Amino acid sequence: MSMNNQGRPTHATQGGSEQILTFTGHRALVQEEDLIFDRGRSGKWGVDLPVPKGRANRLGGTARKGEIGLPDLSEPETVRHFVRLSQKNYSIDTGLFPLGSCTMKHNPRLNEKMARLPGFGDIHPLQPQETVQGAWELIDRLAHWLKTLTGMPAVAMSPKAGAHGELCGLMAIKAALQARGEKQRTRILVPESAHGTNPATAALIGYTVDTVPATDRGRVDLAALKAKLGPDVAAVMVTNPNTCGLFEDEVREIADAIHGAGGFFYCDGANYNAIVGRVRPGDLGVDAMHINLHKTFSTPHGGGGPGAGPVVFSQALAPFVPLPYVVADGDGFRNVEHSGEAGDGETPFGRLTAFHGQMGMFTRAMSYMMSHGSDGLRQVAEDAVLNANYVLAQLKDVMSAPFGDTGPCMHEALFDDEFLKGTGVTTLDFAKALIDEGYHPMTVYFPLVVHGAMLVEPTETESKETLDRFIYAMRSLALEAKAGNKEGKTDRFSGAPYLSPRSRLDETAAARKPVLKWTPPAAAQAAE
Amino acid sequence: MRYLPLTPGERQQMLAAIGARSIDDLFVDVPEAARLKDPVDLPRFMGEMQVERELGALAAKNMTASSVPFFVGAGAYKHHVPASVDHIIQRSEFLTSYTPYQPEIAQGTLQYLFEFQTQVAAITGMDVANASMYDGSTGTGEAVLMAARITKRHKAVLSGRLHPHYADVVRTVCGHAGANLAVEIGGVHPTAPEDLAARIDSDTSCVVVQNPDCFGNLADLRALADAAHAKGALLIVVVTEAVSLGLVTSPGAMGADIVVAEGQSIGVGLQFGGPYVGLFATREKYMRQMPGRLCGQTVDGQGRRGFVLTLSTREQHIRREKATSNICTNSGLMCLAFTIHMTLLGEHGFQRLAQLNHEAACDLADALAEVPGVEVLTRSYFNEFTVKLPKPAAAVVSALVKKGVLGGVPASRLYPGDKDVENLLIVAATEVNTDACRAAFAAALTEVLS
Amino acid sequence: MTVYFTDQHEWVSVDGDIATVGITTHAAEQLGDVVFVELPAIGKVVAARKEAAVVESVKAASDVYTPVSGEVVEANDAVAGEPAKVNEDPEGAGWFFKVKLSNHEDLANLMDKAAYDAFVASNG
Repeated sequence: MSMNNQGRPTHATQGGSEQILTFTGHRALVQEEDLIFDRGRSGKWGVDLPVPKGRANRLGGTARKGEIGLPDLSEPETVRHFVRLSQKNYSIDTGLFPLGSCTMKHNPRLNEKMARLPGFGDIHPLQPQETVQGAWELIDRLAHWLKTLTGMPAVAMSPKAGAHGELCGLMAIKAALQARGEKQRTRILVPESAHGTNPATAALIGYTVDTVPATDRGRVDLAALKAKLGPDVAAVMVTNPNTCGLFEDEVREIADAIHGAGGFFYCDGANYNAIVGRVRPGDLGVDAMHINLHKTFSTPHGGGGPGAGPVVFSQALAPFVPLPYVVADGDGFRNVEHSGEAGDGETPFGRLTAFHGQMGMFTRAMSYMMSHGSDGLRQVAEDAVLNANYVLAQLKDVMSAPFGDTGPCMHEALFDDEFLKGTGVTTLDFAKALIDEGYHPMTVYFPLVVHGAMLVEPTETESKETLDRFIYAMRSLALEAKAGNKEGKTDRFSGAPYLSPRSRLDETAAARKPVLKWTPPAAAQAAE
Repeated sequence: MRYLPLTPGERQQMLAAIGARSIDDLFVDVPEAARLKDPVDLPRFMGEMQVERELGALAAKNMTASSVPFFVGAGAYKHHVPASVDHIIQRSEFLTSYTPYQPEIAQGTLQYLFEFQTQVAAITGMDVANASMYDGSTGTGEAVLMAARITKRHKAVLSGRLHPHYADVVRTVCGHAGANLAVEIGGVHPTAPEDLAARIDSDTSCVVVQNPDCFGNLADLRALADAAHAKGALLIVVVTEAVSLGLVTSPGAMGADIVVAEGQSIGVGLQFGGPYVGLFATREKYMRQMPGRLCGQTVDGQGRRGFVLTLSTREQHIRREKATSNICTNSGLMCLAFTIHMTLLGEHGFQRLAQLNHEAACDLADALAEVPGVEVLTRSYFNEFTVKLPKPAAAVVSALVKKGVLGGVPASRLYPGDKDVENLLIVAATEVNTDACRAAFAAALTEVLS
Repeated sequence: MTVYFTDQHEWVSVDGDIATVGITTHAAEQLGDVVFVELPAIGKVVAARKEAAVVESVKAASDVYTPVSGEVVEANDAVAGEPAKVNEDPEGAGWFFKVKLSNHEDLANLMDKAAYDAFVASNG
């Protein structure tokens, strides 16, 4: 044979299970990355801008002096910096994200493409109205879909997030009561299981919050609610399906009761994914409901935002829709931006934001809704509810589900820490151990009505195969925890997560001595 | 249906495992009368091609900023966003991640939030910044509520040259807020000096002023800051064009107690008004009264630097009815876009960008001043100024559209029915404008006015 | 000096006219690491069983009620500066504020240590 000395070993190597310490701190693909500010001033450029002419300024003596304090990075360094950061994040595209009440469904990339069409992304909110007729038409079309799906006659499109939508709904209620001359109505009934934004919003507009307990079936206690009604009650705020993942089967009775007492029914629509296309909130007696476009309608969570929270209104609240809103005008559309331009019977309660709302989220949501259609959206709710019930059925024998045997859940399944009693493992430990198994934990310690809550919402975009693997992971952890502290079996939990880019962080220190920005080392030393 | 992975066979298996005969069994708690038998009356399922065709048709009806000489501002500005920015924010781990409540697997998000907070504090000249509000206008409303909490007083004094949308948001929020806040808004005039100091008394919680203001005027706010502080009131400075912070003395250096800015100019693009990103910064002593999320530095069990959301006890999910605000989301991905663009700009890039914007405005002002009948009213400005036309500006702007120019915002769009400002046009210039654009604008305006 | 306890998990130690108030060891344990304490201003007039201070951990914020009415004469700056002191010695150096009693009758309905311990045991 002709000799060839290019051979190298090609078989798999043994070992690799021990953690070795590297010199750089990197661990193969998982890279440590400093702050951009650790780089300091270097004179590098990350953009190529033309050289200014250097003409005399017209700043009226307000020109800044001195440095701002920003670091200099080149473009390749910047791209690498943020790409490395991204690799430390879990995401829906990474794996199942079973966060109850968040509806972490797949975020279609078609939505991104549509939002980036120049005709939607590269238009200014204050261009002459006739130059953006396609934009008004899109907003109007989305409004039509939201009203038709919910069976409500009016919608406020401008709120920038769910909590902002709650504010919109309660302000409309306040305006309606003021228009009726009923200023004495300042009390809001809120279930004890409500999301924190509900009482926070009520308090923000000066209402007092009166908490209504839950029954042992996990629903709002109707008798208790009725007992709290009176001529000073402005509204009731109910989440349906509720935060325990259950449909409020007495919702019509709740609506009748609050209406009979002269108040309004606000519905927190965070869990709309369970019923979209199968139930219309308008048929349940709802007066106002915010819709989280970033939950039910797939606009991306983006690491915490932006969201969008349009609010559908009943006939009684329709006159109070805030500015601005789109109306048909001849064969085109017009945006009503000032109360002087409002039509007969329209009495907007004010303005909640500059410009027109989250257009970027409108285009994404519209793309999603058109891709599903009314038949597809109905299937979304069915599969979401089916997936949650499947997870519940497969876990309730090894975990504890406080309402697991009283009927089906909706799109999310609630567990508590009863099954962990005596094991020394807390809900928090259990959740952190789930991180090592490759999952983002479910929602924990919410709702507050059960101890050590674990709220699991798979959504409809998860396959049965994914669910089965998740169920396997949860069952394994549950059984391990219950096996108790024999042979260090609970170490898996108490120090978790072990395998993520950071282990448990010192949140106490972060709160006692807050460090909210980078400071130069010399300054930090001087401060000590 | 490509987004729904369950097959009919799997659905049957799962129902069997649950012990239900059909999906309807799982909706048994819904009152009979409320159960919809059929899909609602809306279009049925559409494939990807058809969705693109339909939405593309709507998009095509709109005149885009990049297709014509473009001078529209008044609170949102057309800047060049480097290609890397939009590319990076579309990475799955940024786009489809969640609020970093589990910090061990969200250090990417938390680190960029910490960098964002540092950038915002630096450019505003303040001690601390939060991880963003929805936008500048809602941030302004929150700032006014915060000032009331701090001073325990009940009157907010707003400059008449604060962007009217912002003023309306403050009025709406304060009008309904439990704190019984009265809002006084100054008269509207494009140039006459506004004596805000004279309106501050012992019941004033804050003075809110925009710099550059809605008509483009730049002012030194130090005297106003002193006047406010002398009476125990806070100065809130609003900045709608964040790029101005690269050339103008920072609000912090001018004596602001709270700074609210619209960050849209950096990384975000026009987007027809949203989503944008609100910058919010304040003094160290007011830190715990700040609304919104805060990211803080700490260490993990192995002593490695890491980041977490902190001071959460101010927020709705813990404090509930005693929260500083009801805000739940921040502007996440727009924050990231801002941070990336700001990183690419760096110290001298940001200053140069601001310089180019100012020069573009000076060149534009010179060109428009040559047009017969046009008077440039603003003396000191950054990248936006007001011109007075010989006839109502709204009609002029519509006529300019027919000549293929988007030539600014008529003041009547923001102050309808105010005869005094009917002939005023608010014009913005940025680094994207060229000499050819400016010449086209001046020529078209000359024709329209003749 | 006598120490009394409330069913809202505060302790009050009385020396003549001056009452020192803090939260009990049980309360501190339930709260977790204390990160911030908001104390009342000197001179503030407080009413029995009403909010007088706030104590925060990372995940929770709790109102601290004053067991007694009167005027606040001292606030424990040490605890404001080093919240960890509340966890280290909640019933000693981790005190919150001192009140000049306006009504000694307020003490009549409070529990002694034995009664408080029994209360905690039965209520969890």
